Amino acid sequence: MTLLTTLFAAIISTVIWYQKAPEDDMKIGTLSLMYWGASLMWLVDAIFEYVKLKADFFTPALVDMVHDFYLGLSVVALGLVIWLVILLVKDPKGIVKAALTRKK
Amino acid sequence: MACFVAPAVEAIVVTVATKVMQSKAKKSATFNTEPEKEALTTTGKNPFVRRMNWLNTMLWGGSALLAFEHIWHGEVTPWFPFLTAASNPADASAMLREIATVGVSMAVLVTAVWVGMVLVTSAMEKKALKLQTTASVRG
Repeated sequence: MTLLTTLFAAIISTVIWYQKAPEDDMKIGTLSLMYWGASLMWLVDAIFEYVKLKADFFTPALVDMVHDFYLGLSVVALGLVIWLVILLVKDPKGIVKAALTRKK
Repeated sequence: MACFVAPAVEAIVVTVATKVMQSKAKKSATFNTEPEKEALTTTGKNPFVRRMNWLNTMLWGGSALLAFEHIWHGEVTPWFPFLTAASNPADASAMLREIATVGVSMAVLVTAVWVGMVLVTSAMEKKALKLQTTASVRG
């Protein structure tokens, strides 16, 4: 469920990046690469778990699914926070810089 | 247990390699702004060097999000030895085995996907350039 949640976040962010491309003022490309990296890593984790559990891998308990979905949403939120920090620090549109240097 | 350690180590190596390449390029070029500095790794002939930032972002992003999952499960702590499995020899051995199998596979898959991405985009670039050249010759 964590893999699926992150994978959907990766797909959605890639579609948004594609809509705006070639411009990437909002650094959506960075966000999408972060989610893809995490999705690939969780895919490997899922493959190893499948090898261990076989068919049981596809029939998780409801409580485990809910817990994993909660974790997945938290992971997506953390990814967004990291992206926001990168966006504000790099400030590609110069908005933060302009706001800080604006005379009152 | 601590599978994110392998991709995190690769991320550190890639970051250091990128910084070394940037400092080498810095010696032969002058720039004043942050975009110019960033452009150092996105220019040049070698497509793998140009796209190093893709690998870096995937590795750092993936490792950070996986590390969060390990904190969530109580496998990483803010106090020594930081990894709960490292506190006793039996768990430490299982942890090292997991890093060597799952962790290394994660790093290999991310790198393999990045190599594929670079090869495909570089082929697309060459094709576009070829079409542009043909059009300008005809025109």
